Amino acid sequence: MVFLGGQVLPGNVGRAILGPFADQRAVDTLNHTLGVDRPLLTQYWSWISGFVQGDMGTSYVLRRPVAPEVIRALGNSLKLAAVAFALVVPIGILGGVVAALNLNRPLDRIISLGGLSVTVLPEFVTGIILILIFGVWLRWLPISAAWPRDAGFFTQLYYLILPSLPLFLVLFGYIARMARAGMIEALDSDYTRTAVLKGLPWRTVIWRHVLRNALLPTITVIATQTGYLIGGLVVIETLFRYQGIGSLIFTAARGKDFPMLESGILTIGIVYAVATLAADFLYSVLNPRIRLGGEQ
Amino acid sequence: MSATDTTTQERPIGRRGPYAELFFALMRSGTFLTGFAIVLFWVICALFGEHFTPYDPLADDIINALSPPSAEHWFGTDQIGRDVFSRVIVGSRDILTVAPLATLLATVAGTALGLFTGYFRGIADDIVSRVLEAFMAIPVVIVALLAIVALGTSKATVIVVIGLSFAPIIARTVRSAVLAERELDYVAAAQLRHESAFHTMFVEILPNVIPPILVETTVRLGYAIFAVATLSFMGFGIQPPSPDWGLSISNNYGMIGGGFWWTVLFDALAIASLVIGVNLVTDGIQGALND
Repeated sequence: MVFLGGQVLPGNVGRAILGPFADQRAVDTLNHTLGVDRPLLTQYWSWISGFVQGDMGTSYVLRRPVAPEVIRALGNSLKLAAVAFALVVPIGILGGVVAALNLNRPLDRIISLGGLSVTVLPEFVTGIILILIFGVWLRWLPISAAWPRDAGFFTQLYYLILPSLPLFLVLFGYIARMARAGMIEALDSDYTRTAVLKGLPWRTVIWRHVLRNALLPTITVIATQTGYLIGGLVVIETLFRYQGIGSLIFTAARGKDFPMLESGILTIGIVYAVATLAADFLYSVLNPRIRLGGEQ
Repeated sequence: MSATDTTTQERPIGRRGPYAELFFALMRSGTFLTGFAIVLFWVICALFGEHFTPYDPLADDIINALSPPSAEHWFGTDQIGRDVFSRVIVGSRDILTVAPLATLLATVAGTALGLFTGYFRGIADDIVSRVLEAFMAIPVVIVALLAIVALGTSKATVIVVIGLSFAPIIARTVRSAVLAERELDYVAAAQLRHESAFHTMFVEILPNVIPPILVETTVRLGYAIFAVATLSFMGFGIQPPSPDWGLSISNNYGMIGGGFWWTVLFDALAIASLVIGVNLVTDGIQGALND
């Protein structure tokens, strides 16, 4: 499907690369070298069989194999996503739990309304505002994510804080809202009342009875947000000039570099599928009522 | 005829109809009124903006390029000397044309699909639902990127891409509402009168599923504004020389390292206010319907 979308619709590849004023013979020669003048099915077969074996073809624009580029970009994106998740998962859950424990008090209002407001803003808008505050006015953080060569782990982390903040803000609202809803439901349940009535300390009730039940739906939400995160990465990586999978797709789309574009999107599809599967697995580990494999 | 008679007789004197009820609930909702005021402000700017901007939003003035905010230029000027204040005011026009049209397309297509799948169920429902689910699994930005690379950039492409990406989500909402409605007696009555399936769907069921459609439409409008702004920022949406907010940010953010903050901040705040305004309206409607 990705192949069809990328390959069939856009017309003449050689023309797109060489521009409207190139000689028709040059265009034909380039098309032949790239193999895009072969019948569609032949192209599809060589592409998909190559992909399975780890050969993603050759970039039309860079004239280099696609696979190393995609893998490097994916590695960079995973770093950025890891920083964003490492920040947002604990803080988002904490925010939701605190909001639920202070239900309908001012603190709950602030967390819920604040979370909702930052969630609905496009990433590049929060990104721009954060760059202005922390990068331009306060000069605390670098405004681009391109760290110097041979930068160590902490230097890289330092450069990744600002780009991960817009992703953090968008995800914070979702995670906090789910954690809050889960907590409210769990606090209202019979087993919590039983635990309180049998005289357990409030702290124990929260840790052992409420949290374990409340956070299950939140885990599912975190996993489903991977799909969103990928869309967000395209924007954030462009804004911060970061060499990740999002900016790779964006550059490939602008330059009509189809092997690169298709491989990038297919890679993202695989990451998404793995994340969803991992979430299902984690869910079944945490919730003894659901077991994979159908045993009774 | 008989149907309207009975409802008028059964309704106690002085009681208002359901939509009047909703209207009065909204008028009491601070959330709704705040959001509505923000959105109304930008709609007025979009419609009549050029009549009260101090400068022509497209006129360049190279000598005064990149001047910081001052008494003459409240929000400063951009890299070819265009007045940022005028551009921000008129910049609401394209996004407020494209996003609502995309939402309208999504609502019409989604409602039709949802009514159809929810009413007929069976194999047709299964097939359409699976196709829609597959469609929803791909992030909108990626779909839009592919479609726009393939079809070329124009406002029409953006409207169609966003409209069709959002239609499955609306279809899902409508379908679940229809599944509940179709079990009710009035649908059975219509079927016993041998009304056509079309009549039953659009004349009998549709008016009863308007509230969830209304909520879903306003939610989608928020996301549509988000999507249009993002696509314009990426260069795949609204095209120059439009003073569109996302486009202006994309043209100017390369220079913020040099301290020219006024060329992007006001556009960013404008997008933020519009998106939050639409979401406040959504929250207000949701709250009023739940009471």
